Amino acid sequence: MTTGSTVSTRGLTKRYGGSVNGAAAVDDLTFDVQPGAVTGFLGPNGSGKSTTMKILLGLARADAGSALIGGVPYQSLRWPLRTVGAALDDAGFQRGRSGRSHLRALAAASGLPARRADEVLEMVGLSPAAGQRAGSYSLGMRQRLALAAALLGDPAVLLLDEPLNGLDPAGVRWMRSLIKAQAAQGRTILVSSHLISEMALTADRLIVIDRGRLIADTTVDDLAARGGGSLEDAFLALTGGA
Amino acid sequence: MDDGVMDGYGFRDVARMEWIKLRSLPAARWTLLLGMLATAALGVIAGYNTRNATGDPTSNMLSGVVLGQVITGVLGVLAITGEFGSGMICATFGAVPRRGLVLTAKAAVWGGTFLAAGEAAVLAAFVAGTAVLRAGVPHPSLASPDVARAVLMTGAYLALVGLMGLGIGAVIRHGGASVAVVIGGLFVAPIVIGAAQHGYGRLLPELIAGNSLAAVKPVPGFTWSPWLELAIVALYPAVLLIAGGWLLARRDVG
Repeated sequence: MTTGSTVSTRGLTKRYGGSVNGAAAVDDLTFDVQPGAVTGFLGPNGSGKSTTMKILLGLARADAGSALIGGVPYQSLRWPLRTVGAALDDAGFQRGRSGRSHLRALAAASGLPARRADEVLEMVGLSPAAGQRAGSYSLGMRQRLALAAALLGDPAVLLLDEPLNGLDPAGVRWMRSLIKAQAAQGRTILVSSHLISEMALTADRLIVIDRGRLIADTTVDDLAARGGGSLEDAFLALTGGA
Repeated sequence: MDDGVMDGYGFRDVARMEWIKLRSLPAARWTLLLGMLATAALGVIAGYNTRNATGDPTSNMLSGVVLGQVITGVLGVLAITGEFGSGMICATFGAVPRRGLVLTAKAAVWGGTFLAAGEAAVLAAFVAGTAVLRAGVPHPSLASPDVARAVLMTGAYLALVGLMGLGIGAVIRHGGASVAVVIGGLFVAPIVIGAAQHGYGRLLPELIAGNSLAAVKPVPGFTWSPWLELAIVALYPAVLLIAGGWLLARRDVG
């Protein structure tokens, strides 16, 4: 792992359908995500969180602005999974393939040894189901497999899109402590969520967006203070949901 | 990780990924195996039913590719649309952002597999079919250059149709629609175009396969050399894969 890779966007803009007059999914978004902390990426459903992450990962194109990982676009990374690990909400795996084979395929493309697949399966507690077809996994197990794929290349940057969806309370606590431990090792971590209460427990910093625009880039404590101690009140006031 | 030795991913790494993916889908493996068995079995039946002493038993024994092409064509489609349908494509393009390289590796790995399976199926059809040929009809031998050429080209045809499916899947990205286009292109287009303008038959893959590639005796209307006809068939996947790669690189995923 190389520490110090930051995630940054500058004037990032993406319109639906690519038209100049179309509604913006992401609108002139500028932020930095620093290493060594968990940064929550907070916003209502449809506020542009997933679109921003897809642009950061080179899966979607921006209409304007830039999205960089450690100063370079994702497409320029020489071994992408060794720099950035991502778990996207609508990313998936083919049902007929085992979790282990899924990870081995990604390891092969990343110049990583096959045993790395078993190591990350162990890390996420999925070893007993490693050989089963992914189609038989529960939602929680699928989240664990997605996290294993993100951790595969021991990356300095983790982009996690709603990683707590589908987890039971024990799973949520496990995921939270794992995310915090990854940050404590110096990684740059961006975790999107629409759950304010969960971000209060997991994140150190918050980037709040609404309708594609940045509305707050601050610490959890600072935002809570603005809401008179309630992060939820502050969030709803910012996003006009109060 | 170890930045010092990073030189970046290349074709070999991506091909290894695609090979692991191919091998780890049991449904694809069984479908291909059963499809090739059926191709061989149909050929054996056609050989046994050959009664015309002046006919072309080689071509008859290779007629099972009518079925085999559907199997390789559909598997070629699913090789890429299966990733779009499941969201796997995000993981694939996340590991390898150069999307044209992904499609190239898929074409090499799946195309190679289709070629091996296709040649095995037509050789099995020919060998087993020859064994059950009736007395009185000519017994072709692989030692004859024309016969060997017909058998090998027909196996290659199965691989080319598989690559056509891959190209169509890369362009359309949706499995059901892509399969419809493959089936329509293979079976419906020859009926419509062939009926309207007979001379165009030698430009249509399915008709080329039966009347030129698999034929040892010349068929009226197919006066071009089988090598030229094979090149015409190969043009279809080539154009489709180039178009697919171009579109993949330019379109957003998900």
